[in-house]
Amino acid sequence: MKSITAENLMKSYGKGENQVKALDDLSLDVEEGTVLSILGPNGAGKTTTVRVLATLLKPDSGHATVGGIDVIKNPKAVREIIGLSGQYAAVDETLTGWDNLVMFGRLYHLSSTAANVRAKELLEQFSLTDAAKRPIKTFSGGMRRRLDLAASLIIRPKVLFLDEPTTGLDPRGRMEMWKVIEALVDEGVTLLLTTQYLEEADQLADEIAVIDRGKVIARGTSDQLKTQVGGERLELVVAESDIPAAREIADRVGKTQSTVDAGLRRISTPVTNGSESLVELLRELDSVKIHPLDIALKRPSLDDVFMSLTGHAAEEVPAEPVGKGKKGGRK
Amino acid sequence: MRALSDSLIIMKRQLLQLARVPEVLIFNTIQPVMFVLLFRYVFAGLGAGIKGGYVQLLMPGIFVQTVTFTLAATAQGMAQDMEKGLIDRFRSLPISRAAVVTGRTLGDGLLNIVVIAVMGTAGYIVGWRPTSGLLKIALGFLMLLLFGYALSWAGIFAGLVAKDARVVANISFLFTFPLTFLSNAFASTTSMPRPLQYVAEWNPVSTMVAAVRELFGFHNMFGATKNSFPSQHPIQTSLLYMVLIMAIFVPLSVRRYRNTNK
Repeated sequence: MKSITAENLMKSYGKGENQVKALDDLSLDVEEGTVLSILGPNGAGKTTTVRVLATLLKPDSGHATVGGIDVIKNPKAVREIIGLSGQYAAVDETLTGWDNLVMFGRLYHLSSTAANVRAKELLEQFSLTDAAKRPIKTFSGGMRRRLDLAASLIIRPKVLFLDEPTTGLDPRGRMEMWKVIEALVDEGVTLLLTTQYLEEADQLADEIAVIDRGKVIARGTSDQLKTQVGGERLELVVAESDIPAAREIADRVGKTQSTVDAGLRRISTPVTNGSESLVELLRELDSVKIHPLDIALKRPSLDDVFMSLTGHAAEEVPAEPVGKGKKGGRK
Repeated sequence: MRALSDSLIIMKRQLLQLARVPEVLIFNTIQPVMFVLLFRYVFAGLGAGIKGGYVQLLMPGIFVQTVTFTLAATAQGMAQDMEKGLIDRFRSLPISRAAVVTGRTLGDGLLNIVVIAVMGTAGYIVGWRPTSGLLKIALGFLMLLLFGYALSWAGIFAGLVAKDARVVANISFLFTFPLTFLSNAFASTTSMPRPLQYVAEWNPVSTMVAAVRELFGFHNMFGATKNSFPSQHPIQTSLLYMVLIMAIFVPLSVRRYRNTNK
């Protein structure tokens, strides 16, 4: 069964020449219990998509359902089954973590006792018990995000929307957040997650929808997309005299034709099993006494995905007007 | 009923904020108390011939000025919640679309009760004595709270539209500060240039000050024309203003909240 559907969503801002199409005939769906990641640069329409599905924004036209309920006709029923955690930690900073969770629990119409019990559970689940009595202001970025996520899980939502859950976090915070999200996914929640990082989509999602200028331009599993993009490749820089020999070895390791950039003395080879190929290549080069000046295993980045899908780099469209209020918080 | 209990939860949030950061409450009360003490002694000479002295006229003026500033306070709080994304979260919850804005106005109203009580005590200490009897005094305070509450709704709308807490606080202040001085709050309007006298006469702050003075037992004439409607019927005029403000800004605010970020 489809847990989320969106058909031909349109949403634009401004008038005349300044009109920006935030959503331009966007369609997608998510199977129950799976994770779809929306991947795209800033301004591609990720946040707008989430805001429409989470009932915060009415599209100009189109149709969407969440948990089988029409988002536009029956938003209140949708709100009973969703959780939303945005780009910026949307919790009351002057209050403690405990205060926040109890307040949101009460707003989900839990009894006072039930709200307390749930707050305690969530604080434990997200390793925030020690910080529970401190104002959010004193939390680290990662802790804030975890609390924000906890607040979106109070009613055990059937469908969870996470809008760039790790943007702005340091690597450690990101890893912690991934762990928490993976645990939720294991419990069977349907998750729609937006991200700018291919690595993150790869790590967390069953399927990835790449969006650009308000449209889904590619969709598939991470492997499918990578195949489409060209997957990993080995890049090797050698002395000019070594190029022919090195190229031959690279061709053999990659079982394909390598490309050579003579000016940069760089040989580039698509590979399927990255690190093994890297070791093999190094070993073979060493056996003929070629010492590479530089060697690297390159994973396709968001830019690569965009380059190959759209022919242009992942450029930033003029800021999404949607998030205006929210983005004020960045200052 | 749900909508009301949701509003009360939002209101409780503001009380919790005050409990967590008591400085806010202290600063909110220090300023009006300071005004009471300063004006009481600096302008004491304006009270010549008034039974009980200038402080009898001053207190209603400062009360009204203080509740007028509720507009800026509410606007700032609302814009802050917009900035932080808190409004998005509230809007994703299965609660009434009126609950969050109503809760905020109730919370700011509650804060006004505390501030006015502290000011009243300070006023009493420096010689303020309302003479009209308990019921009328209570009605006077009720009018003050209602006026602040009505303006709070204008603040909600301003905060939702501006989305920037600092900007909206400054703008609201620029709007309300002259309003409180282009009135009879601190000095007689008869010494103003003629055109300003008309402004002062119809200024809701003036009618409020006159209404509260009357309810506290001091009949107050003001305005360019002594027998104008606002001057003759300050209580009725003030109530009319409140109804008008609410009739405009309650629906506007709720609609704006529902469609925010469009």
